[in-house]
Amino acid sequence: MVQLTPEMKRLVDSESGTISREIFWNRDLYDQEMEQVFNRSWLFVGHESQVPEPGDYILSRMGEEAVIVSRGRDGKVYVFLNSCRHRGNRVCRYEQGNTFTHMCSFHGWTYDSTGALVALPYHENGYDAMDKSKWGLLQARVEVFHGSIWATWDKSAPSFREYLGGADFYLATGLMHTDGSDNGAEVLGGVVKWRLGCNWKVPCPDTDTTHGWITHRSTALGLGVGPTGNPVRPREDRSVSVGQVRSRYTVSFPEGHTMGVTIPEESDPGWAENGTWEDKPAVREYLREKFEERKRRLGVMAHLSVGPAIFPNEGWLGRVVRIMHPQGPATTEIWTYFFVDKDAPQEVKTALAAHYELYYGPGGVTQQDDMENWYALTIASKGPVAQKLDLNYQMRIDEPPLHGPTEFDMPGLFAHNYSDENHRRYYQRWAEVMQARDWGEMAPTMSAAARGDWVTNRNGS
Amino acid sequence: MADLMSYEELMLRLEVENFFYREADLLDEHRYEEWLDLFTEDARYHAPMHRNVSSKEMDKQTTREGVEMSWFDEGKETLVKRVRQIRTGVHWAEEPLSRVTHFVANVRLLDSGSGEVGAGEIRVKSRFLVHRSRLEDEDNTWIGNRIDTLRRVDGEWKIARREIYIDQNVLLSKNLTNFF
Repeated sequence: MVQLTPEMKRLVDSESGTISREIFWNRDLYDQEMEQVFNRSWLFVGHESQVPEPGDYILSRMGEEAVIVSRGRDGKVYVFLNSCRHRGNRVCRYEQGNTFTHMCSFHGWTYDSTGALVALPYHENGYDAMDKSKWGLLQARVEVFHGSIWATWDKSAPSFREYLGGADFYLATGLMHTDGSDNGAEVLGGVVKWRLGCNWKVPCPDTDTTHGWITHRSTALGLGVGPTGNPVRPREDRSVSVGQVRSRYTVSFPEGHTMGVTIPEESDPGWAENGTWEDKPAVREYLREKFEERKRRLGVMAHLSVGPAIFPNEGWLGRVVRIMHPQGPATTEIWTYFFVDKDAPQEVKTALAAHYELYYGPGGVTQQDDMENWYALTIASKGPVAQKLDLNYQMRIDEPPLHGPTEFDMPGLFAHNYSDENHRRYYQRWAEVMQARDWGEMAPTMSAAARGDWVTNRNGS
Repeated sequence: MADLMSYEELMLRLEVENFFYREADLLDEHRYEEWLDLFTEDARYHAPMHRNVSSKEMDKQTTREGVEMSWFDEGKETLVKRVRQIRTGVHWAEEPLSRVTHFVANVRLLDSGSGEVGAGEIRVKSRFLVHRSRLEDEDNTWIGNRIDTLRRVDGEWKIARREIYIDQNVLLSKNLTNFF
């Protein structure tokens, strides 16, 4: 574990399991986050299905910065800052479209779909000495992972795959087609965007397994379903969940990525069988058929579909990606992307869209109550007295993380399903990144070679 | 004088306005079950999102029903569930209940009796201003327009279809717990 400075350890103490509320309100820390965290991390900016053709573009965000995600004439995806190099004006004012030229509306500096400065109308003789190649829109590094597009401003950052540190194993399962084939997913039209009063980190660590029973009590009582729309489990099944749910774990990585994982078993029912689609036979049949194909492709791993929360601000709910964009210490803009199989029948896509809308987003019966709590904890943490009271992340702090059972050969640190281990891991990573001067200082202490040791059973045998 | 309404049309508009005012009272007085009764069993409740697109591509300005994402895109069955959720007393986003005020204005009959909607149905466009005051100082305002299809059922108007166009692009409220 990287040694934290005393000041950083005062804010985040993952050994004693306490976190200062200052990290959700302090403006100086926020400014430091923009530099240290957002200007250096790999950030999710969109999905290839949003820009399928050359010239297609969408607007996205990297931290507080607005960026253009563009498919160049060469077919590659580019990400550049949406700010003219001349006087700083926003170059693109549409959130989606197709063009090979982005002309600034102030003086007409014009850039192509790769971000290069290509024309200076009416200024031809005024810039004879200027090297145009140096005045293109600021380019971010881009990597495409199973269709998802990630970008970073940091030239010295490791590759995205290295950044994932093993979480790519899980991330791929969230992005694939239901039938288990690669690159078969698409984002439904319309990224859902809304703003709420909480610090951007509050919704980030995944998975918060102990809030559902009370936060989402009203979906169980009022709708008879769990937070993701699955029917509430029978009582005898639920009684198990006060302890360790059968083979369900929270899984984290030293790089700050966090998720919940159920170890797949042959006897697990398919995705069509959980009761969610009882009144939608077309969806049930579709899922059943595709899941059979998935099993043929992936074997027992077909049951695994994990959307990992990738540090710092990407998270999943089922097949829904949400990005927490900071907008000041106590304001967050959430952008939510909803995935479906690209080649699914329209009837299936429509049913899934309706399902997503009912549960997720600002109108979602589940998420409404999350937002209420996130906002309320923010307000209640603002005062100078509250600011000095540390928050408790001590659940099962004395239990060392369990390890991934060897037989499944799955990466990550496996901890009890009901523990704060993922939160401790997330905030520890946040503290490391906040104080590190370079990627050398940020390198997780657990080397790639040592990762092999994780894959031992909990007794170390 | 093409805009001059006939007496019958004027009376119809007054009737529709009264219907909307009564509906607003039901919502603002938290009489949600009575509000649900104003909808037909096959009702659609759709609130698409607005996108910032080129003025040459206005057909892409709002997201498409059933094909793209919306703020709401559902039927009566789920509206009933939402009301049931509020009534649990543990729907924290509406516990305690928010104070909500609905204004309805610019009510205009688009067509009546014939055309694209069936006999006994009328289409009505209106503007709304919905204000939510919550707990001590939370304050949200949503402004936009609605296009309703009203159907005469057993002598009473019922909402068969409600399209809600909220003006905002990024929604500036933490959630949407209230009805439009």
